[in-house]
Amino acid sequence: MHDSATHDDSKGQYFWVWGALLVLTAVEVWLGYKQVFQPVAMLEVLLGLSVIKSALIIAYFMHLKFESAIMRWTLTISVVACFVIMYLFFFPDAGRILRLGVK
Amino acid sequence: MADATLQHDSVQHGIGGEFEAPLFGAYSKKVGMWLFLASDSLTFGALLVAFSYNRISNPAWPTPFAKESIINATIMTACLLSSSLTMVMAVFAAQRGDKPWLRNWLLATMGFGTAFIVLHAMEWSKLIGEGMTPFTNPWAPTVPQFGGTFFTLTGMHMLHVTIGVIYLGVIALRKTFLPILGALWLAGYFLIPANNVFHYGIHTLLVGLIVSAVILLLKPKLYDAHDVEVAGLYWHFVDLVWMFIFPLVYLMSTRIV
Repeated sequence: MHDSATHDDSKGQYFWVWGALLVLTAVEVWLGYKQVFQPVAMLEVLLGLSVIKSALIIAYFMHLKFESAIMRWTLTISVVACFVIMYLFFFPDAGRILRLGVK
Repeated sequence: MADATLQHDSVQHGIGGEFEAPLFGAYSKKVGMWLFLASDSLTFGALLVAFSYNRISNPAWPTPFAKESIINATIMTACLLSSSLTMVMAVFAAQRGDKPWLRNWLLATMGFGTAFIVLHAMEWSKLIGEGMTPFTNPWAPTVPQFGGTFFTLTGMHMLHVTIGVIYLGVIALRKTFLPILGALWLAGYFLIPANNVFHYGIHTLLVGLIVSAVILLLKPKLYDAHDVEVAGLYWHFVDLVWMFIFPLVYLMSTRIV
């Protein structure tokens, strides 16, 4: 088990993270409801905010920030690499369909 | 190989002897859960990519989510975020050996999770009532894949939340949870109208009841702080996945009036 005892006196940081996640959610709702961007740009902005939120959850709530460096980097690099491969395969193709004007 | 083994009674809960050094220096249950979550993230990643691909390649994508749906989904998001905070508090309670507060925080987490499921089920029922199926939707007849991608992605997530609530119930209440789960299954089956999809979906609880009973009756044990922390990892992952589903599915399909 990680050195959880050393974190027991810092519960406040989890409330800050929770508050930050709620604020980021509010920003997302505002962006979505006001339709600030066109669909593709909106998707990128919302995905960016989601990545920030997920990083907060993984680092603090899931305690990965407090795990060993080898564990942090092995898990992060392997999962991110898979998502990058998915992104590279699918999204350029989705954009190509748009440019071709296929209905 | 002597240098690849170590004595780690604290890791193996008092079982003496030599063991292979744990991967990453963490105890094996935690590493196992992380590896499961890494593989599960690819399942959700594939579903999210499929949804996003369809969304941006279809200019006629339906926008069925009006203001009340967005408010509903925002409350659901707040429920899951708050449940993660209560789960963190449960882990702290477990680590200091405070059993009453461990149970209280776990029950609070389950309460938020259950609220999420109920709100989501109401949203599904509303959409189905408006004529949406996995193969058709009334808003964009030329985009039939909306229903399939929506129900698959959100249904998979709802299943994960349901499993999470049952998992936490087993940790918090152990055998006491079995009759509660059975009562919830029966109540759901008899109270949900037969024309509602959740009249049959509630049988997920029966499957959960059987699996929980097998675990609790065949391998009864006291769950310790490690078990609570591992359960917390699963729960936070469920929260994490929703952080992508909410903007992609709901906010990318808002109906502006």
